Amino acid sequence: MNAKLPWGLWWTQVLAIMRLEVKKNFARKRAIPVYLLAASPLALFVAHSIGFARGWNQCSGNEDLTMFARVFQVFVLRLAIFFSAVAVFMNLFRGEVLEKSLHYYFLAPVRREVLVVGKYLSALVVTCALFAVSTALSYLVLLSHLSQTQSRALAGPALAQLPAYLGVTVLACVGYGAVFLILGLLFRNPIFPTVGVLVWESILVFLPSILKKFSVIFYLESLCPVKAPFHGGGAMFAISADPTPAHLAVPGLLCLTAVVLVLASLYIRRMEIRYGTE
Amino acid sequence: MSPDNQIVFEDVSKFYGDVLGVNRVHLSIPPGITTLVGPNGSGKTTLMNLMTGLVRPTSGRVRILGMSPSEPERLFRVLGYCTQFDSFPKGLTGHDFLYTTLRLHGKGRAEAQQLTMKALERVSMTEAAGRRVASYSKGMRQRIKLAHAICHQPTVLVLDEPLNGLDPMARAEAIALFRALAGEGLHVIISSHILHEVDRISDQVVLLSNGYVVAEGQIQAVRGEMHQEHPLQILVRCTQPGLLAARLFAQDHVAEVKMHNDRQGLLVSTRDPDLFYELLNQMVLDGSVEVSSVAPADDDVHSVYEYLIGSEGGAA
Repeated sequence: MNAKLPWGLWWTQVLAIMRLEVKKNFARKRAIPVYLLAASPLALFVAHSIGFARGWNQCSGNEDLTMFARVFQVFVLRLAIFFSAVAVFMNLFRGEVLEKSLHYYFLAPVRREVLVVGKYLSALVVTCALFAVSTALSYLVLLSHLSQTQSRALAGPALAQLPAYLGVTVLACVGYGAVFLILGLLFRNPIFPTVGVLVWESILVFLPSILKKFSVIFYLESLCPVKAPFHGGGAMFAISADPTPAHLAVPGLLCLTAVVLVLASLYIRRMEIRYGTE
Repeated sequence: MSPDNQIVFEDVSKFYGDVLGVNRVHLSIPPGITTLVGPNGSGKTTLMNLMTGLVRPTSGRVRILGMSPSEPERLFRVLGYCTQFDSFPKGLTGHDFLYTTLRLHGKGRAEAQQLTMKALERVSMTEAAGRRVASYSKGMRQRIKLAHAICHQPTVLVLDEPLNGLDPMARAEAIALFRALAGEGLHVIISSHILHEVDRISDQVVLLSNGYVVAEGQIQAVRGEMHQEHPLQILVRCTQPGLLAARLFAQDHVAEVKMHNDRQGLLVSTRDPDLFYELLNQMVLDGSVEVSSVAPADDDVHSVYEYLIGSEGGAA
């Protein structure tokens, strides 16, 4: 039966959707906040490096690596990628309904499941590229600055952690992307679901272990190569009392994404074009 | 005619919550130009959206050449829809808009390019193809939407108010295009409230009011069914109109006769046009009158619309 499925056609259509989506969504002024969010960690570490070179701040290599871990977990994962996913994935369908252009996709001989996959992949490829480049450059800036200090011996082992950070970055885009894709379909107003997810992920520290597993950040933090110590007000971000092993966290996130894409496809299959009521 | 060559509505109803879209529609639409006529809110766009799967019937079944609208991957290989929505994917030129559509259809680069140029040419938009759609005038946007509907060479073309925003020249070109496409054996379904233009191009009409189909078929046939309630009016320009009027008053089928102000003709209302023409022919043959012209005055779409629906929709 599988031999009869038109995989070649579907792949061509997915590529056509991705080309169109990238042109529509990432070559516009609307995408500027996402670019700024992606560039902000890099700007932070460049500023840190310049400050160190000019003698404005002093820190050891270990402190730098811990600082990167904190910035990565709190700023990059919980803010930059989180809100970029809100802006990009939540608008994949909702934005088209608001602009009254979704019907053009619905009037093409494209299975709606293929449409969901094409749109999701277009947003995923761009957000992954942006944040992976940003994370890699930030880390390399930190390491280049580390190699100029007495902690230069740390630079080599620290470089080995870069693939892990990149992997977590990609999984963050995968996980948050899927969550906000479906929320964008289910809610007309993006504020409520965004605030809901943000609050949920922020209060995880107070929740029992079983509930922590219903979040994206729980799995992501389990996969981070350096556990960032949180003190004082930052302690609310320390949720991984019982981290999930990588061999469970990665398939867990991918399964969550697959389930969400299936649900989104079912929803889109039954969706009607009634812009007037949106 | 085989249902696989028709657009079929079987007891189709559509409700938007408590609001009626269309109710209990039974239709079989053959190839040729079919026009949906009715005032705003009568259900024209709902019928078109049901045909194209943009909305789903609350009850009943729609089949397009034997296919269900819930199978877009099959349906839109043979169907093109020019909607009323005046919106486009952002940032695209007219050329990109069509080319991307054809790539979505799975066409290769060369074929997509060739079909894009052909569609642009058919709607006279070749010169503006490199400009962004956002910079187009209303008429150009209407034409690029039309090109979008025909670019993949469909066999069913659904056009929701396609003449809106077009200047008289572009309107004439569009009508010629619809005729040419219908001549190629396509189903062309048009909704319009510009009744005198509809009248010129339709092979059949579907009249809608408040979500119900009130009449369907060839316009003269529809008009023929209304003769008892709304006698047909016929204009006659002739000599001796008084004599003709006197003979007509003696006929049961004649409801009314009005003399023209210049006393050179009559306006006759008859419930049986065949008997009227028979009588007129006799009078011409025996030399009682000389006729310079005879023409029905109210067997067009506009009159049928007025009689069946009234002027609630403000049709032109």
